[in-house]
Amino acid sequence: MRHATRLAIGPAAFRIGSDWRAPIAALDDLYRDYPKPEVPDFNVHLFAARPWRKFLRPAVHIGGDYTIPDAAPLPLAQGLLAAEMGMNLQMALAQRWFLLLHASAVERGGRAVLMTGISGAGKSTLAALLMARGWRLMGDEFVLIDPATGLAHGFPRLISLKNQAIAVVRAALPDARFGPLLPGTPKGDIRHLVPDARAIAAMAAPAEPALLLFPRFGFDAAERPVPPSEAFVRLTQASTNYVHLAERGFDALTRLVRTVPARAIDYPDTESGIALVEALA
Amino acid sequence: MTPGWRLAHVLRAPSLAMDFTAREWTELFAVARAEQMAGTLAHRLNGLALPAAVQRLVDDAIASAGQVRLAALWEAEMARRALAPLGMPVVLLKGTAFAAAGLSPSVGRNIGDLDILVPRDRIGEAEAALLAAGWEWVKPDPYDDAYYRRWMHELPPLIHRERDRMIDVHHTILPLTARITPDAEALLAASEPLGNGLSILSRPDRLLHAAAHLLADGDLAGGMRNLWDIHCMFASGASADLTERARRHGLIREMARAPRLSHALYGTERGLRRLYLRRLTARDGWGRQTRKLTRLGFYARSHWLRMPPLMLARHLWTKYRKGYRPVG
Repeated sequence: MRHATRLAIGPAAFRIGSDWRAPIAALDDLYRDYPKPEVPDFNVHLFAARPWRKFLRPAVHIGGDYTIPDAAPLPLAQGLLAAEMGMNLQMALAQRWFLLLHASAVERGGRAVLMTGISGAGKSTLAALLMARGWRLMGDEFVLIDPATGLAHGFPRLISLKNQAIAVVRAALPDARFGPLLPGTPKGDIRHLVPDARAIAAMAAPAEPALLLFPRFGFDAAERPVPPSEAFVRLTQASTNYVHLAERGFDALTRLVRTVPARAIDYPDTESGIALVEALA
Repeated sequence: MTPGWRLAHVLRAPSLAMDFTAREWTELFAVARAEQMAGTLAHRLNGLALPAAVQRLVDDAIASAGQVRLAALWEAEMARRALAPLGMPVVLLKGTAFAAAGLSPSVGRNIGDLDILVPRDRIGEAEAALLAAGWEWVKPDPYDDAYYRRWMHELPPLIHRERDRMIDVHHTILPLTARITPDAEALLAASEPLGNGLSILSRPDRLLHAAAHLLADGDLAGGMRNLWDIHCMFASGASADLTERARRHGLIREMARAPRLSHALYGTERGLRRLYLRRLTARDGWGRQTRKLTRLGFYARSHWLRMPPLMLARHLWTKYRKGYRPVG
């Protein structure tokens, strides 16, 4: 491919190739402090379906070692988002060593708080704000559970902030590095936040899972314990590779829900959300 | 050397990779994944003194292939349970057959759908039993459905609604419209029982099926893996009655060409069948397909082999009106 770069996020290494310079330039800028792996685990392709579509109404198709058919392309202005989606796709489809949970995570004193929920529950926002308050960010999209040790490994890619969360996090982290504002994506407005130096420096360090949270945004403040059975079922739905890992996946997940307390929390605004998390952790 | 060729060379002689650069390793795995051969490659490389990052790829691919094998065998068992009450012969084909019988091509091999062969006059019963056991139709288009039932060598594909796995139920090994008509009854009659109610094709028929699949059906996509199967089968010993069997199925030409190709790709001979090899190794360092014109030629050839010209014209016209475009 014409333009290419390499980068490692936590235990996963990528090579990203593109028919256009812009997405690679954006990655090189925002991921400049990340390690550059020699041999990547996964390849991502950002390509034009037809040669003339490189120039004429350019549409970025997302491919790679592992692909899903009929994925809709993105406009070139959202090339950075396409690259992020491409990396997420490789992880979701082909990560086989770790049990992959769709969750954000932060760590303090070696203890990890895992937050999972549907899109819009506030996973990324809570993780970014907790990072602003001194927690080590482990990731805002995936948490990787090692079936051999039960430890959580981080995947601190760029934090993907959406819609109203963008202004909230900018106010909390005025000096942080942000990517360009990407208006009108399939998920609304998106702006990427570069994790702080500490998160990047410690990205290979795993942590003991200490608390499982199921946050919901936009409800009156409330909190209830989640029994292991319910946590198990919800986490099977939050995992993209639970089925593929078979017995290893089952063992890792049952161990997690048996040893780690779980809480469902509702919060009306980010301040009370942060307060709830810090009170429980 | 192109990345596609490099994969073939390393599969034949893994130690060739020992002085690879990081870029060559990267491209090797990209191509192997694109050709669905990462597990095969990993098993070939394992045990050599590999760079740590490569060993990780190898370990992952081996673990992944082990899981694929387990899931494929489980799927075969599910089909066996659904079809057992009918008391008809059920013959496993391709990847699942290699895995179930522990044959050499199965080491690290990726296995996609479950392919089985049943007697043509009982295929309706088999379909009904599978539908009752949770498999569902996935071809909503009435033209496609009718086309499969009238002209193909298999039922329209079925997917299990809980396990999300596809089964292809064959009644022979080439489309009914193809110029070659293998003897499906002979395939069933010579099949070898595995002892659990399922069978696999006889040794010569396994080779002939692989050759027919590669050369008389399709555009050579995935051909590197197919030829690896053939290479492994030949490497485990010749079959005395192969020629007689090939004549019976009308596959003499394919049976002559397949080992020549597998030898040219994975053996030591050179300079044979250039056009085929060009098609087979058409991958760049990202695993993407190259040599568009060559591939288009083989795509056209696959349809030419599959059906008579007038029928082909009608089929393509119908597909064109429905907005179908060939992939790539």
